[in-house]
Amino acid sequence: MFKEYSPLDDKLFQVMDNNGKIINPAWMPEISEERLQKAFKDMLFARQADLMAVSYQRQGRMFTYPPNYGQEAISGGLAQVMRDQDWLVPAFRELGAWLAKGATLKEVFLYFMGYEDGTVFKNAKNITPISVPIASQLIHAAGIGYAINYKKEDSVVYAITGDGGTSIGDFHEALNFATVWNAPVVFIVQNNQFAISVPFKKQTRSINIAVKGIAYGMSCIKVDGNDLFAMTRALREAEAHAREGKGPVLIEALTYRRGAHTTSDDPTKYRTKEEEEQWSITDPLDRLRKYMVAQKLWDASQEETLLAEYKKEIDRQFEEAENYPAYPLDDVFKYMYADITDDLKEQKVEHEKFLKWKEGLK
Amino acid sequence: MEGGTEMKVMTIVQAITDAIDIKLAEDPMIVTFGEDVGVEGGVFRATEGLQKKYGEQRVFDSPLAESAIVGSAVGMAMNGLRPIVEMQFCGFVYPAMNQIISHAARIHNRSRGRYKTPMVIRFPYGGGINALEHHSESMEAMYGHIPGLKVVIPSTPYDAKGLLISAIESDDTIIFMEPKRIYRAIKQEVPEEKYSIPIGKAKILNEGTDVTVIAYGAMIREAQKAVVMAKKDGISVELIDLRTIYPLDKQTIVESVKKTGRMVVVHEGPNTFGVGAELTAIVNEEAFLSQEAPVVRVTGFDTIVPLPRGEHHYIITPEKIYYGIQKSMKF
Repeated sequence: MFKEYSPLDDKLFQVMDNNGKIINPAWMPEISEERLQKAFKDMLFARQADLMAVSYQRQGRMFTYPPNYGQEAISGGLAQVMRDQDWLVPAFRELGAWLAKGATLKEVFLYFMGYEDGTVFKNAKNITPISVPIASQLIHAAGIGYAINYKKEDSVVYAITGDGGTSIGDFHEALNFATVWNAPVVFIVQNNQFAISVPFKKQTRSINIAVKGIAYGMSCIKVDGNDLFAMTRALREAEAHAREGKGPVLIEALTYRRGAHTTSDDPTKYRTKEEEEQWSITDPLDRLRKYMVAQKLWDASQEETLLAEYKKEIDRQFEEAENYPAYPLDDVFKYMYADITDDLKEQKVEHEKFLKWKEGLK
Repeated sequence: MEGGTEMKVMTIVQAITDAIDIKLAEDPMIVTFGEDVGVEGGVFRATEGLQKKYGEQRVFDSPLAESAIVGSAVGMAMNGLRPIVEMQFCGFVYPAMNQIISHAARIHNRSRGRYKTPMVIRFPYGGGINALEHHSESMEAMYGHIPGLKVVIPSTPYDAKGLLISAIESDDTIIFMEPKRIYRAIKQEVPEEKYSIPIGKAKILNEGTDVTVIAYGAMIREAQKAVVMAKKDGISVELIDLRTIYPLDKQTIVESVKKTGRMVVVHEGPNTFGVGAELTAIVNEEAFLSQEAPVVRVTGFDTIVPLPRGEHHYIITPEKIYYGIQKSMKF
């Protein structure tokens, strides 16, 4: 596959067109009807949660939120390949992938409400916390991959960044280390066309992002990131490649951030309605729905009932997050070190003295 | 200011835009760039409208890479330009630390003065805005510790404009830290014309006789409230706005402590090895016998600034500053 779709020729790996028609049957991944229905439902759920997260934020019930709207097939593809023992090394715009790995929506809400507890993802195996410093987490993926080889584990690392992240030195250092070490890492770049306001064409003059891996000696491919089948197949090939000890793979997933960078951002400042509409015809859920309806795998009339259920469930998890206990003073200090310093203990005691004094002020 | 000057009400962020605007108009060697600086006018809108006015060659978006933003600014400066670069948050500067410490702060010394680095690295700092990790920290002490940098922090629109103009006109690398918590919270009449405030000069905001309180940036507003609380209890506070972290205005600090005999230092950044520690050393060295109480430091904990739900534990309140004042007075 990586030879057939060489990024040097700027080839885009697609399986399904915008109308949900399979245009590349040779590479159509095998997915059971049941799994496909689950994949669609999960993407639908993630989108609904995402839209509601934005509206909770608008109501002042959450501090900030980075929308995933339009990028659901990338996480959807990851959900098809990730096993418990595999690692997910995310940035901050991978809602569907977090959920697929076992994180709960409540935790995600907690994080964006302002609790570190929300990024522990305590029931998900092998997942690293949300990483804000762009592309920095990719180097951890190389290290995790080294450890997998060292310990002779059967695991793959899925590490994610955006198009902006590929301009950061850490991205290049991560690709190089992972390749030199033959580490089983699949790097996924969500090329959603914008780094906040800066468009892809101002980010790089490279014909695509996938091509950047070639010089490091790794396999790379540019994939239609809004095509669940293409994402799933490319990820399966990458997984096999990594598990066979052939080293890391770079996947550029071409997509479009239909929402804002975060809820603090206003995309009308830097892009046009026309552009947004142009990309909207590639929407990952619309395409998959068209395919599934045509194959009689989906009855679109059931969607409304389903969405009503999802809304209830999302509201329920949100309310649970809203009722999370207050943030104790101790939590500021107790995780700073594995072996807390006396200094920190004193600072807490001093602060408690101040709080007592403050009570007396009233 | 001299009479007849036109005044305009500005916020801190508007004063910053105004300073950059004035200098761009005046000196064709000045350029300003960074992530989202051009079309969007910066994530906090500090460069809003400037690309339209001065064109894409002088006000522009860079690719996403803090290290390359600072490093290329060093190169520009070595070849005659005077770059002003923006980092989006104090906590986003770290990828650029190698360029800052190894080059921006040292080229002048390494080249024995052949190359200067007339550049400004400006970024918002500080907590209190309910942000995610890396968006709330105050790392001024770290920059103060790096030989070769000057570190400036304004606390008002008037100072922001005057200090930034001085920073842009300086031939050294200036770290210009902007208190984002009060970016738009304080409005003040600011002269429309160009003026500058010297780097390295503190300002006595309130004269007093009992205790010296030293603060800067967003902490000034909190300290002013503490001064009012203290006054009600009959304590006369001398409040000093440091304005520059390095070089420190030792004279103003020492003279004040010699007068009051007591010093309370306030900063958002962590306590250990912080600005307060440096100020303590200075008064010990130069006003040892005048001190009637140990220095009191009202600072951030030696912890990461908690996410919004826990931030109230960390943040410095007027009450906490007043607690520090009382502690000093009761010694």
